[in-house]
Amino acid sequence: MQGPVFKGDQSGFTVTPRIAIRIAMLGGVALALFGIVFFRLWFLQVLSGNKYLAEANDNRVREVRLEAPRGDIVDRNGKRLVSNRPSWAIQIDAQRWPEGAERRRLYHNLSRLLGKRSSSLGRSVKKQFLALPFSNATVDKDVSFREVSMVLEHQEDYPGVTVSRIFERSYPHGALGAHLFGFVREIDQKELNGGKFEGAALGDRVGKDGLEREYDQYLRGRSGSTRIQVDSMGRAKGGLLTTRDPVPGQQLRLTIDRRVQEVGERALATGKRLGGGTAGAFVAMDISSGEVLGLGSDPGFDPAVFTRPLSQSQANALLRGNNAPYANRAITSGYPAASTFKAITSIAALESGIYDQATTIMDGGKIKIGDRFFSNAGEVPNGPVNLRRALTVSSDVYYYNFGRLANAKGGDIIQRWATRFGFGKATGIDLPGESKGLVPTPDWENSQPSYKLGGQTVDPVWTVGDMANLSVGQGDLKVTPLQMAVAYAALGNGGNVVRPHLGMRIEDARGAIEQDLEFGAQRPIPGSAANRHAVLEGLRAAASAPGGTSTDVFSDFPEPIAGKTGTAEKPPGERDQSWYIALAPYPKPRYVVAVTIERGGFGAEAAAPAAKLILARLLNVSVDPKELESGSSRTR
Amino acid sequence: MSAVEIQPSQGTGAHGSLSELRTMSVTGFDLPLLGATIGLLIASLISINAATTDDIPGSPDYYVIRQGVFACVGLVMMFFVSRIDYRILRDYRTQIYAFLVGSIALVLVVGSAARGSRRWIDVGGFELQPSELGKVFIVLVLAAFITDRVRDRRHGLVTLKVLGLGVAPALLIFAQPDLGSALVYGAIVFAMLFVGGAHWAHLTAIAVAVLAAAVMILGVAPAAGVDILKPYQVDRLTSFLSPEQNPGAEGYQQIQAQIAIGAGQRTGRGPDGATQTQLNFLPEHHTDFIFAVVGESFGFVGAAAVMSLYALLLWRVLKILTGARDMFGVLISAGLAAILMFQIFVNVGMNIGIMPITGVTLPLMSYGGSSLIVTFIALGLLQAIASQSFTQRPPRGQVQTI
Repeated sequence: MQGPVFKGDQSGFTVTPRIAIRIAMLGGVALALFGIVFFRLWFLQVLSGNKYLAEANDNRVREVRLEAPRGDIVDRNGKRLVSNRPSWAIQIDAQRWPEGAERRRLYHNLSRLLGKRSSSLGRSVKKQFLALPFSNATVDKDVSFREVSMVLEHQEDYPGVTVSRIFERSYPHGALGAHLFGFVREIDQKELNGGKFEGAALGDRVGKDGLEREYDQYLRGRSGSTRIQVDSMGRAKGGLLTTRDPVPGQQLRLTIDRRVQEVGERALATGKRLGGGTAGAFVAMDISSGEVLGLGSDPGFDPAVFTRPLSQSQANALLRGNNAPYANRAITSGYPAASTFKAITSIAALESGIYDQATTIMDGGKIKIGDRFFSNAGEVPNGPVNLRRALTVSSDVYYYNFGRLANAKGGDIIQRWATRFGFGKATGIDLPGESKGLVPTPDWENSQPSYKLGGQTVDPVWTVGDMANLSVGQGDLKVTPLQMAVAYAALGNGGNVVRPHLGMRIEDARGAIEQDLEFGAQRPIPGSAANRHAVLEGLRAAASAPGGTSTDVFSDFPEPIAGKTGTAEKPPGERDQSWYIALAPYPKPRYVVAVTIERGGFGAEAAAPAAKLILARLLNVSVDPKELESGSSRTR
Repeated sequence: MSAVEIQPSQGTGAHGSLSELRTMSVTGFDLPLLGATIGLLIASLISINAATTDDIPGSPDYYVIRQGVFACVGLVMMFFVSRIDYRILRDYRTQIYAFLVGSIALVLVVGSAARGSRRWIDVGGFELQPSELGKVFIVLVLAAFITDRVRDRRHGLVTLKVLGLGVAPALLIFAQPDLGSALVYGAIVFAMLFVGGAHWAHLTAIAVAVLAAAVMILGVAPAAGVDILKPYQVDRLTSFLSPEQNPGAEGYQQIQAQIAIGAGQRTGRGPDGATQTQLNFLPEHHTDFIFAVVGESFGFVGAAAVMSLYALLLWRVLKILTGARDMFGVLISAGLAAILMFQIFVNVGMNIGIMPITGVTLPLMSYGGSSLIVTFIALGLLQAIASQSFTQRPPRGQVQTI
């Protein structure tokens, strides 16, 4: 056996069959591999081509959000209350957020540029990405143009950093109306899933409270976007692909009159000063339409505080510290109404037939109900009092007696009428967070949980004393200043419970009407006009007749008004709460003004002079605030 | 009697004589192979042109011009090599091997580094990559070695020696580190043992050993904390199995290449519309991932055309292999076929997401002077073998007795 002879024997060589087979196998492997490659190409390019094309386009297109400026909020005369100012924000793009040493370098550079601490900057960014993983994290807002230029020109030092032009809310009148507007913040995941903010997208800012929240759908507008082509490093290449312009938000015109609002807020300060009060609220409203001309709460705050990141201590100061300035006391605080409630008790007395207009009660300064005495303030006797006189001098005995009779008759007479006037339920004003207040009934009292007092367990039971307290607006009754205004409006407008509102209409950016806001039908309450007239007469006398609780406050006031003081009793050692509710001009009232001053003392001391200032503005008469004095009445 | 008796005819006899060289030169080239070569060269220039227009600001034609120059040099080399009598190379096997191992070892000492590995030697302004030329040289050395021992080809000792000869430079290259090229050497050794007639049992043993080593290196050793491969190399080798779970650099390349090819769809997005390429989402788009550029810019049609040219090329190489005039030629052809096949399928496979990323270039398509010129030299050798085979030579009345 001899194999082929090589080296020098060049002719006649052929591969042996064994090797030929192996070569054939090599060819077979190649053939199989070609088959696999062709099949795979077919799969990628023909069968899945659309999917990969979409991914390729996804790769190269970056969408840059263009924020829409929110609509302005103007007063009824078109005066700007809330507007926008453009601002630069330095943000970090979630998709280009560097890691490790590069991230530390970025924070270091940013902290040097912005004068912030690198560690707190990093914490803030991380927190934002945890909350909104695909949104940009804002490092700083309101940065100067120099800082913007630095970032743009030295992108290598600021990897992943973008600069965007945003709009911040601005408040031309500072703290004026701060409690009405609320604030805007970036929408969160829960709100995105909920139905309230329809059409809002990730990264949009929406109203989180107040009118901003209530009218968000109009004010927000629609953010636009620019689609740009970028390369793998995120650098823009080849210009804009498409742009969708942002649609600016619509303008909201309020029923608020800026001048009334201004005077009202000043009046609260005056009332506080006169009565030594600590806080307060006012409402000024058109009694037939429910248009709110002014609504304020004291202490106030600067709404612009929300355009910057809020520190925990700032938030605490707003929500809790120093009389909780963020609270809108006009709609969220439930107070005892005190004697201002007597107007409603009067209607209940007349309509139930227990009293008539002439019913006269001997007011000896106190009355025994059940096993204890109920007395006027300072046990001052008023002599014989009928309805008119009882309202004029604010006789408690007259109403205690009615409470005793009404309780004996049963059927929750006072409570039923209170409910008809809108107490115990929200007025439906176009602001979030309104309190319902409380009208205590026997059923309610009897279902209250028992409590410990002096080592003894007390099981709450409704007594005639509770009804007596309710008849003068004390006890467990809780009302908001706005509810008081609505109830008095119903007295003055012929018996209609209006729905108070701040929104008047939606307009385009130039003020052209786009949509009038509708607030539904008013709710008429039963009862005779004569009875309401009798009560109004009593309220008029209280502000004008000799001995009237606010007669001296309004003695120099050129327009006739009707009004009732109230003094909510507080525990010993704490000053009482001062109330005043007025209807003006009398006898055909157009406006209602409700004022309360916490710790302001008697109604005539703080609230009545404050109401006088507001009424002067509404009725266009002049009152010199410097000559304003507390009323002398020391009744409730 | 299976011996082949050869009747000497005029002019033939001693190999390597000048007179024979002249007679050889008149015989033709393998024209289909030449056609496939030129076709792929044109495809390469078109693709590099499409991919690199924006890569170097101000000189949009930088890469394509350089590749064109390399191609011209390569073509000249191919024609020159194809005109020599390849059989004389057998006499220089020792020198070739010494040069091969020496040059690769030299790289480790004086080579210039790029991206963490030393593969190049700077010679007069040109970056030479000895491991590229080494591929052809190891084929020549092993072909000579096996031919010398053709009677003992089924002997285990021969197989072991061949392995040793091949693995030594492969280890040096692996140390550069250049895993892709080292694997090419492995493919060469295996293919030449296979075609050279090594015993099936030995081939099986080698295959099992390679598999076991792969499992050890990729699976067991990293788990035990011993890094034979660098972690990034392990990632590259394994990330193709699940690129989505490796969105880092390796998985990223693989995903982007697939997106590029898929986005090309049937007829391609054209060079200007090929955003994956133009916007640099596709990494290494003129070298390792040039095939993805073809796929994105020219679609299934373009990719299939290129693959067809490769099919034509490999068919002709195998054809030349079977028609070689001697065992030396057969083995050279087998080794060169192994280089081409391995690089084509590993590179295309990594582009289309069915092979690991190993940094193996696509012959004739990828940008790069050393790779291109060496491929032309290999093709020149194949042309030489083709033109000197009996099938290419007109019968001159020799008598063949079998």
